Amino acid sequence: MPRYLSLVKIDEASAPAEGPSPELMQRMGELIEEVTKAGVMLDTAGLTPSAQGVRVHWEGGKISVTDGPFTESKEVVGGYALMQCKDMAEALEWTKRFLKVHEEHWTVTCEVREIAEG
Amino acid sequence: MQSPSQPTAAHAIETVFRMEFPRVVAAVTRVVRDVGIAEELAQDALVAALEQWPHSGVPDHPGAWLTTIARRRAVDLVRRRENYARKLQEIGRSLETTVPAEEPAAPDDIDDDLLRLVFTACHPVLSPEARTALTLRLLGGLGTAEIARAFLVPEPTVAQRIVRAKKTLATKNVAFEVPYGPDREARLGSVLDVIYLIFNEGYAATAGDDWLRPALCEDALRLARQLAALMPKEPEVHALASLLEFQASRTAARTGPDGAPVLLKDQNRRRWNRMLLARGITALDRARAASAGPPGPYALQAAVAACHAHAYTYEETDWASIATLYGLLTARTPSPVVELNRAVAVSMADGPGPALEIVDAVAAEPTLRDYHLLPSVRGDLLWRLGRTAEARAEFARAAELTGNARERELLRGRAAQASDA
Repeated sequence: MPRYLSLVKIDEASAPAEGPSPELMQRMGELIEEVTKAGVMLDTAGLTPSAQGVRVHWEGGKISVTDGPFTESKEVVGGYALMQCKDMAEALEWTKRFLKVHEEHWTVTCEVREIAEG
Repeated sequence: MQSPSQPTAAHAIETVFRMEFPRVVAAVTRVVRDVGIAEELAQDALVAALEQWPHSGVPDHPGAWLTTIARRRAVDLVRRRENYARKLQEIGRSLETTVPAEEPAAPDDIDDDLLRLVFTACHPVLSPEARTALTLRLLGGLGTAEIARAFLVPEPTVAQRIVRAKKTLATKNVAFEVPYGPDREARLGSVLDVIYLIFNEGYAATAGDDWLRPALCEDALRLARQLAALMPKEPEVHALASLLEFQASRTAARTGPDGAPVLLKDQNRRRWNRMLLARGITALDRARAASAGPPGPYALQAAVAACHAHAYTYEETDWASIATLYGLLTARTPSPVVELNRAVAVSMADGPGPALEIVDAVAAEPTLRDYHLLPSVRGDLLWRLGRTAEARAEFARAAELTGNARERELLRGRAAQASDA
């Protein structure tokens, strides 16, 4: 049973400034509990805004460090979910359910990637 | 090549169905009180989904949709039975049925129904084979073909086992309930044993050519995780999850590049899965936090696994603690197999001499008569004591007894090594 990492990306510029509504948090909490009770959720968390993040870059044998926010990328990772599923179809179904708990004014992209085992 | 984002409509629907299946069956069993009928009604709901969803799209709450369809048919069925019962009553016989109110399913109700399904599938009136098959079918959502492949038995055999199991539950009038009385501990033990058995069949395959059947381990691990989320107050449930997380963490290291088994002392511990190790430790902490009394059998086994997990190298293994834990386990659940494990730990802590005494004390146990690990362990102790001729005979006997081809090769190799010594 492969593990999948869902990288939750949001456009920080257009995301609601006040953050997720209490209703959204409630629905999200219920869904996460459901995914856990299905034996699927291994770990999940939200990240603090990219303004508090730092990028460390390696190129040409040199390190360069940039403070956030990372305004040049339209979408930045805002959270993740690590799930163990039968296949990609199951991972996508849970991902769609995760997206559907958001209100319509949210724009969210989940990039679902299978973890290479070996 | 099917694109990953666009599974065929049928595959997408089957995926949703498999995800929802246990909850649908559980909710319907509450109405019809018969898992066999409930499963059929769930299948009917799948047929309805396959007919409708390709045009209408998958509904927002597919589980609720499937459950509603299946329940509606269940209620019809119960009503038909009631009419039938009235007719029967007219000729002097009675049949007890009740039509439940159509209440919306609250998450707690769903969990409760699921737990009832768990305890029903693992009920002691069923044979161990029936329990594993039914649990994988109803709670794991596996098809009979998948279960047959996993256990290397013909599919009709599995199908028959499941049919018979459902019949037994019906004829013995097994109540669809979570036990809360004095038998709760024993009933929960039966559930945990079923999941452990499924895991073990994948972890140390008793038959066939593969050393490991990881899919079966993963199905069992998923069941253990589900159970831990559904019964967070039960220490032994967390302990089982912990034990399986620890065992599963070693999977990649247990097989060499050629598929041959790699024993614990030779495993490359860097290949142990860190995430699963961490989950094992967390689950064991939960078990201890939930426990008011002395540790149960799974907590003791998980503690042994934790000792191995905490050793960066084989040489650092705390064998004395492991021997002590096996001693506690023997006191709790006396078993010659546990004594055999204790002997191995004692041999590492105090040498092969005292360990051989433990082995010889249980060697005559009828349950161990055809158990390949008895001559395998005994052979190893004799080898370490320099009694090579006796060791060779034991390894040869162990090779005869094991049903696993990979293990047979390994044991024959050891027998040959002892002949050359």
